[in-house]
Amino acid sequence: MLVAAALAIFVSMSLMLVRAFAGPTTYDRLLSVNSFGSKTVLLIGVMGFANGRPDFLDIAIVYALINFVTTIGILKFFRYRTLEVSLSTRRRAVADASGERPDA
Amino acid sequence: MLEQAASIAAFVGQGLVLAGAIVTIIGSVGVLRFPDFYTRIHAASVTDTLGAGLIIVGLVLLGGGFFVTVKLLIIWGLILITGPTASHALANAAFTSHVKPLGRGDLRQPSASDEG
Amino acid sequence: MKYFIGLVVALTAGWFVLSGQTKPLFYVLAGMSVLAALWATARLEIIDRDSSPYHRGILLFSFMGWLFIEMIKANIAVIRAIFRPVGALSPGVTVTRCQARSDLGRTLLANSITLTPGTVTLDIADGKLMIHALQGDGLTSDSFTEFSRRSVVAGDERG
Repeated sequence: MLVAAALAIFVSMSLMLVRAFAGPTTYDRLLSVNSFGSKTVLLIGVMGFANGRPDFLDIAIVYALINFVTTIGILKFFRYRTLEVSLSTRRRAVADASGERPDA
Repeated sequence: MLEQAASIAAFVGQGLVLAGAIVTIIGSVGVLRFPDFYTRIHAASVTDTLGAGLIIVGLVLLGGGFFVTVKLLIIWGLILITGPTASHALANAAFTSHVKPLGRGDLRQPSASDEG
Repeated sequence: MKYFIGLVVALTAGWFVLSGQTKPLFYVLAGMSVLAALWATARLEIIDRDSSPYHRGILLFSFMGWLFIEMIKANIAVIRAIFRPVGALSPGVTVTRCQARSDLGRTLLANSITLTPGTVTLDIADGKLMIHALQGDGLTSDSFTEFSRRSVVAGDERG
């Protein structure tokens, strides 16, 4: 049954790829890539159990974190057109005051 | 008796994992079918909540000791925290760049600072 | 300082639970990872009361229990909507007031509204949330009062 579940997750990942190719907007593509990533996490977990090697879960955790950072990073780039914007509010206020911050 | 309980738990766990995988497929179908970006977010979050929840509870029931269980719970927590954050970031980015939500009837685009 | 120590304890516990190692070499690695995580947290300037909510664990857990039930209901609704014709959808946008004052309460409210399938927080400004809903018919700014009330109980300071 675990193998069937893994196959089912695989099918849904393929459906997500269809949406990523179809678009139409950048946000649709990002949404499907993000969702693809969280399905990958689940797939890694299920595959680990199906093979009797739950150590795969470490990889799943790292993948979940990378997936999140990727999405936020791409969105940040789309909004500010650069990655050099401080996430700390105080520093951003300082940068705002000195006019360093690129226009949002 | 204990062995029986363990095998029942394993069976239920496998069933939950399969159910979660099917919910995941349903969510993907929703992402393909829904008409605009904002509605697609809702379909995608079905995967993040119910699909992931069922699969992870199922894997916990399959067993594997303390460390495996804790790791599964950490993955679940990560998905529950990062999933909505990413959805909100996506929705907010789309909204601030004036992707209009599809609506029925008099759907206007109010800003957060109007109304009261 | 209290929150700093809480963070150190949480990070160390997390490290041991994730690695399961007890050899001396790994203590050094553990110390280095905890230091690196502390440095990153200090750089983000988020070591404060809101980021160490250990003192309200029970309240947060009861909020999560309630949220799970809401989540399952909402999931069933969205799955039904997926199988209905696309024309039956009635997406809509609404603005609701956020009663919570603290960052933690607001985050809880916005995050749990987004977590529930069928509703997504689009924007937060001046204590108001803009929400996009899959089924917008009959949705008013009062639809989220229960959410708001519970997030205040779980996230805001007592009183």
